Amino acid sequence: MGQMIKVGMADLKICKPPDNLTTIGLGSCIGIALYDPVTKVTGLAHIMLPDSTAIRNNSNIAKFADTGIQKLYDDMIAAGASKTRIVAKIAGGAKMFAMSGANASTINVGEKNAQASRDKLKQLGIRLISEDCGLNFGRTVELYSEDGSYLIKAVGKDVKTI
Amino acid sequence: MSDISVEEINDKYIDVLKEIGNIGAGNATTAIANMLSLKVDMSVPMVDLTPVEKIGSIIGSEEDIIVGIMLGVETDITGSMMFLLDLPSAHHLVNRMMMRDPEYMEDFDEMDLSAVKEIGNIIAGAYLNALSGLTNLTITPTIPYVAVDMAGAILSVPAIQFGMVSDNALIIKTEIGDDLGISGYFILMPEGDSYAKILSALGVPI
Repeated sequence: MGQMIKVGMADLKICKPPDNLTTIGLGSCIGIALYDPVTKVTGLAHIMLPDSTAIRNNSNIAKFADTGIQKLYDDMIAAGASKTRIVAKIAGGAKMFAMSGANASTINVGEKNAQASRDKLKQLGIRLISEDCGLNFGRTVELYSEDGSYLIKAVGKDVKTI
Repeated sequence: MSDISVEEINDKYIDVLKEIGNIGAGNATTAIANMLSLKVDMSVPMVDLTPVEKIGSIIGSEEDIIVGIMLGVETDITGSMMFLLDLPSAHHLVNRMMMRDPEYMEDFDEMDLSAVKEIGNIIAGAYLNALSGLTNLTITPTIPYVAVDMAGAILSVPAIQFGMVSDNALIIKTEIGDDLGISGYFILMPEGDSYAKILSALGVPI
């Protein structure tokens, strides 16, 4: 029986079968799932902010889409995943509060996180095969290493697999 | 006036912020008690510097459903504040407001969510009045926004706000207790030089 390994906020981990990965309560954050279907090397990052270069305090590389995805990718390769086979799925990036006006730019960081994640994946040449982003609710995700399925749970909604 | 970061808020500042928390939460509690004719008391607030990665679990499990009320703060200082209630506490307050059976636990409808917003308005107004009175700064709240969702998801909002400038977040925890038990948490998220403005308005040398 494998373990369900928890990935925290501003954190990233990789695993292989029989272990699986989860991250709980994605709001505006993004859960980036990377998977190599042959070696079954599986990785999950929970990023909070789009761009490490825009922020002075950027020591935790797992906090940002640009540096977090890079690190997850490097870890996957080091664990035996093939550059050409890695595919990605992303979830999260919600707008939890429908704020407008002066505070809106910082509150709407969810969409920026999703876009920064797509951009970074493209730059690394990783194919984004599916996503479940935006809207106004939190998501808990589970990433299964056996087949790369990405389960999305939300309050009051049916479980979705992408 | 220098720009101070969350990390530079040392013990002296923590005491000042704790006092603001105390007075603000006291005001807010009185306002709620008056509105609902409840007998309410309040714990001494705890002011904590929490690593942003841990914010999701300050109230309980990240997967617990909580109610978050968020308001923007404008004029002399800018930022936002959040008031958080666990689900039973929110139901309890809404039932009191709607004069309903205290055991009623159905999902919130539109009317209930309006009531939650109104509670947020009253609490935030009282809290900010206290802060404004102490500092002589004009502090205006925006209209409230409400979300009922997983704690991790709701708390990712302040985590991100603080995460832009720091690895830590300043959380003021206040438990508002009545005969039935309500727990509430305040998170004040000043932006830019607003910390410095608050502290210097209170005569704390920076």
